[in-house]
Amino acid sequence: MEAFDWNVINRSFVYLFKEGMTFTLTLTGLAAAGGIVFGTLLAMMRLSSFKWLSLAATGYVNLMRSIPLLLVIFWFYFLVPYIGAWITGASRPIQVGAIASSVITFTMFEAAYYSEIMRAGIQSIPRGQVWAGYALGLDYWQTMGKVVLPQAFRNMIPILLTQTIILFQDTSLVYVLSITDFLGAASKIAQRDGRLVEMYLFAALVYFVVSFALSLLVKQLQRKIAIIR
Amino acid sequence: MKYNWNWGILWQTSADGHTTWIMTLIHGLGWTLLTALCAGVIALLLGSIIGVIRTTPNKWAVRFGNAYVELFRNIPLLVQLFLWYFVLPEVVPKAVGDLLKSMAPPWGSFVPAVIGLGLFTSARVAEQVRAGIQALARGQGMAGTALGLTLPQTYRYVLLPMAFRIVLPPLTSETMNLIKNTSVALTIGLVELTAAGRSLQEYTFQVFEAFTAATVIYIIVNLTTVNLMRWFEKRIAIPGFIGPQVAEGAH
Repeated sequence: MEAFDWNVINRSFVYLFKEGMTFTLTLTGLAAAGGIVFGTLLAMMRLSSFKWLSLAATGYVNLMRSIPLLLVIFWFYFLVPYIGAWITGASRPIQVGAIASSVITFTMFEAAYYSEIMRAGIQSIPRGQVWAGYALGLDYWQTMGKVVLPQAFRNMIPILLTQTIILFQDTSLVYVLSITDFLGAASKIAQRDGRLVEMYLFAALVYFVVSFALSLLVKQLQRKIAIIR
Repeated sequence: MKYNWNWGILWQTSADGHTTWIMTLIHGLGWTLLTALCAGVIALLLGSIIGVIRTTPNKWAVRFGNAYVELFRNIPLLVQLFLWYFVLPEVVPKAVGDLLKSMAPPWGSFVPAVIGLGLFTSARVAEQVRAGIQALARGQGMAGTALGLTLPQTYRYVLLPMAFRIVLPPLTSETMNLIKNTSVALTIGLVELTAAGRSLQEYTFQVFEAFTAATVIYIIVNLTTVNLMRWFEKRIAIPGFIGPQVAEGAH
């Protein structure tokens, strides 16, 4: 066993957190926000009485859930330039950087998982409330926006947050696009200085501390919400 | 804007010069399934033990079980695989480390992938098994004790036969997660299905054929797994007890 050089962490600390962790947290935040919005829309589509809308949403969600995230990352990395060209009417695939591509990928992928959570949340609200909304003269968007969704959100907050912790861990997979997220930064230093053991153990520790602390918070929140109900 | 589709590429000779690209993909599928199977066996064994430990009356055993689950659940799978692949050979005695590093190509990635995926999944199985045991009425364990069964006997003859039937549907989705998660092993050099699709894309530039083919294969594997598990659930169901109809929820 060679001597370990833990000082490498001190030397790269600023880079790891200012570059790496900032990107990881930004990606997590953007994908969570976008994923919850799209996920809620997908859940509403899925529960809609328009058959085609519901079929399309179901198909999308099941497709996303049956292939690995890594394959989805590769898919979007090559697909987004074509979709961009199609939207803008350009004759060649447009340039989309790895970072923009990863934000789109994680938003669209997580939307499928968030939509399953929101679907359960919407279905947990008694049907009578929807009928009551219609009876009062509210339209679909008013009933959803003012009656059903606020309650569905609150009931599902712990599960949405748990999914976000999983998302936080999954963002490490942008490694395959050579993006400098937290793990990417650790990996670059590890290879530059030949300090794989120290850097990967430190990365594992940081991911563990963040995820574990967040999961404890979620548990506490769950207890609080359980009392209100 | 235009993309030149060429599905014929799948039947053209692949980069190794011997087989076709479709065989490369099927070869990748083989590694995906083998990795998932081996890791699944580890996950089921360890996960069951840890899950049972977490329901025993022994406080320290419960704490150990909880710590185990939290450890493997809160570190990203990719980082865990890096720990098994890059870090383990450096921290074990040198002779063992050299042995690990000198393993021939597929095995050098395969073994760390199986260990990593197995332990990662075992924490999730442990969580399901614990939930399954705790879902049983408390009286069942007490009745076992009252009949004079020892604790191991109570688990073996009373609690586990019911608990495993309860956890089968969640285990189905864990199995599918495991199959999907094997793709992460491509980062440590295992040429499984996603990596095979990626190499087809890199060599031929037929991006969408490559990924469509891989996607279709994953969907077929998924459907097969779900149906196999449903069939298994029905087979072991006890009439009048928890059956597949009641315990839906894999999807």
